[in-house]
Amino acid sequence: MKYIDEFRNLKIAEKLYRLINEEAEGLCQVNFMEVCGTHTMAVERFGIRRMLPENVRLISGPGCPVCVTPKNYIDKAIGLIGLEDVIIFSFGDMLKVPGTHSSLLKKKSSGKVKIVYSALDAVEFAEKNRDKKIVFLGIGFETTVPTVAASIKYAKKKKLKNFFVYSGHKVMPPAMRLLAGDKEVNIKGFLCPAHVSAIIGIKSYADICEKYNIPCVIAGFEPLDILQSILMLARQVKLNIAKVENQYNRVVRVSGNIKALSLIDEVFSTHDSEWRGIGVIKKSGLVLSRRYSDFDAEKNIDFPKVETKMDKGCICGSVLKGIKTPLECGLFSKKCTPENPYGACMVSSEGACAAYYKYPHPNLLP
Amino acid sequence: MKILKIEGDKAIVSSGGVQRSIGINFLKGPKIGDYVIVHAGFAIEKLDTVKAEETLKILEELQ
Amino acid sequence: MGEGKQDAGYNKVRQITLAHGNGGAQMHSLIKDLFIKNLGNPFLNKLGDAAIIDLKAKKLAYTTDSFVVKPLFFPGGDIGKLSVCGTVNDLAVSGAMPKYLSCGMIAEDGFSQADLEKITISIKNACKSAGVNIVAGDFKVVEKGAVDGIFINTSGIGELFENSEIAISRIKPGDKVIINGTIGDHAASILLAREELKFKARISSDCTPLNSIVSSIISRDIKFMRDPTRGGLATTLNEISIASGYNIAIEESSIPINKSVRALCEILGLDPLYMANEGKLIAIVSKGAADSVLLKMKRHLFGKDARIIGEVKREKSQRVYLETLSSGSRILDMITGEQLPRIC
Repeated sequence: MKYIDEFRNLKIAEKLYRLINEEAEGLCQVNFMEVCGTHTMAVERFGIRRMLPENVRLISGPGCPVCVTPKNYIDKAIGLIGLEDVIIFSFGDMLKVPGTHSSLLKKKSSGKVKIVYSALDAVEFAEKNRDKKIVFLGIGFETTVPTVAASIKYAKKKKLKNFFVYSGHKVMPPAMRLLAGDKEVNIKGFLCPAHVSAIIGIKSYADICEKYNIPCVIAGFEPLDILQSILMLARQVKLNIAKVENQYNRVVRVSGNIKALSLIDEVFSTHDSEWRGIGVIKKSGLVLSRRYSDFDAEKNIDFPKVETKMDKGCICGSVLKGIKTPLECGLFSKKCTPENPYGACMVSSEGACAAYYKYPHPNLLP
Repeated sequence: MKILKIEGDKAIVSSGGVQRSIGINFLKGPKIGDYVIVHAGFAIEKLDTVKAEETLKILEELQ
Repeated sequence: MGEGKQDAGYNKVRQITLAHGNGGAQMHSLIKDLFIKNLGNPFLNKLGDAAIIDLKAKKLAYTTDSFVVKPLFFPGGDIGKLSVCGTVNDLAVSGAMPKYLSCGMIAEDGFSQADLEKITISIKNACKSAGVNIVAGDFKVVEKGAVDGIFINTSGIGELFENSEIAISRIKPGDKVIINGTIGDHAASILLAREELKFKARISSDCTPLNSIVSSIISRDIKFMRDPTRGGLATTLNEISIASGYNIAIEESSIPINKSVRALCEILGLDPLYMANEGKLIAIVSKGAADSVLLKMKRHLFGKDARIIGEVKREKSQRVYLETLSSGSRILDMITGEQLPRIC
């Protein structure tokens, strides 16, 4: 595949590993954090962690939107299934998230839960089935938000009265700032999310560099992108500088995508939001703006009351922050497995625990 | 994915023989033959092929 | 023949009802006009309670499998074709030439007779392609909702090839791992047919009987074979690794994959190594014979894309390793749960 395969070149990868090893000599232990589900996947898929020097530790932060969706959100979504005429539409990986008693996947055979690749498909279904109430589960960061916003705008244009979005959308920079200031996590560099950055531009990270003296490199998804970005971070750390660098400049523009940003502003407004395992982060979530309140599920549908039980023994919060590894969780691989996930980090294939379960820690390898 | 056809706000894109109709509301001046980043049914940005080649060149020339 | 007479039984326009499974006139019509008409052979035609078979071979292979695939029809096949190939292939990879199959169907009240006919004809064609006969059958109808559309069970008997010495205990370090073609086609085809993801692709299931290709390669040098169905290549390799005790290392760059399947997986965030196949076999072959086995496979219609993808290692931690495209390596574990398309 053009412009993908070239960035997986074995020889160049080997060169980059060598350069990273050279650069890392003399550096104390550094923690670099990535905050993007696709980065988590790519790092595991290409076996990158195993090849990095001992003193460069790549931590997976809360970059998986599915993993940070609060349990209560899931319980409320499942509760909607009981309502007559309501059909839930969702992205695939949301289905396995464990609620208090069940998951959307377990309810799929009822026919009231459908998987879509795009929110627009849910709107088009609503258009053709006016007797049903379509509730789309709005989960995802700034890459996904404009697509949902465009779909809502399309629904408004078509004057639909049966399409709603239950917004669980979040934005990344506030979470990065919280983690940047956390001395326990001790981040020395951020690999910034590729496609979130394509939407929000590079300036969003400038204050993190200035205030916390943490270099930020916007990294593409392919192995060569990730490796080049790690090298760039290591070089900045060695020179004791902290600035934003754009490794992924073939896609990310300095000011981001203006059209997408203005659409987000039009359809959504920010509010304080709970991140599963971390807690409430100020101004980190998105709700539908007043102008689009007709499409807000929470304002137009009577959600059945649900009682959410918190996870006992689950240390997802610490794992999401990179303070603890999955191996340090008492539930990991005993009570909490990918088939029977307890906590958020095991749910999505992008979650740290799911990744550790599938690709055991290098130190445990023979 | 590569743009094969444009029809108003939508385009047919293709990669490796897999095709889909997607929204191009977020693109500035999309053309047939452009490579785009597709996410959840929309093109969220164009791939700058010149910059892609430059990056590859830098990577190849690393010592 | 029969036109103008009151038709008590089989009719393409109508639906299957409980009456079709209760042993009465309607059921006998169905058996005669659909099943015997399409699947008939000297054994089945007797309509006895059991088929009496005279087998020369001393060693037989015997297997059973049930098929509940959704959707029932997909590019490259349907539940009927699958139910024949699935059992034929289990026998073939065990080193046996499949000969006789049984076929039991359970349909729900209201199931389309036209669909039942399509499925039956698929079974007929698959049997012909594999050179097997359905010698015993059963048809039941249950209330609507008790099964989802139709479920099929097939069991099969095969005669072991004379030169077959398939045994997991024969696997040794240095043995090569060979696959006869591209991975993930079946699962990708089902995914596109089942969910409304709205992608168009020329992807079809690889559902195929494998007995002919097995017959062309079978020898002492084939230590073990398995077909990587549910859970895909990675899961099957893990099963072999655990059972044999040896690690297996495979190279990502040598795994054959269809361009469109690969693109779909990249787009949806799926891993083709964990996707089901229905026309593929993995053969563990002694080192010295690997090249010639590969050549024989490549000469066969269902082995054109065959490759040597890895080897059995000395280490005994029962792990499967993948050397990735970009120099890193990772462990390939068993499949855990169903893969679903990811958002980002």
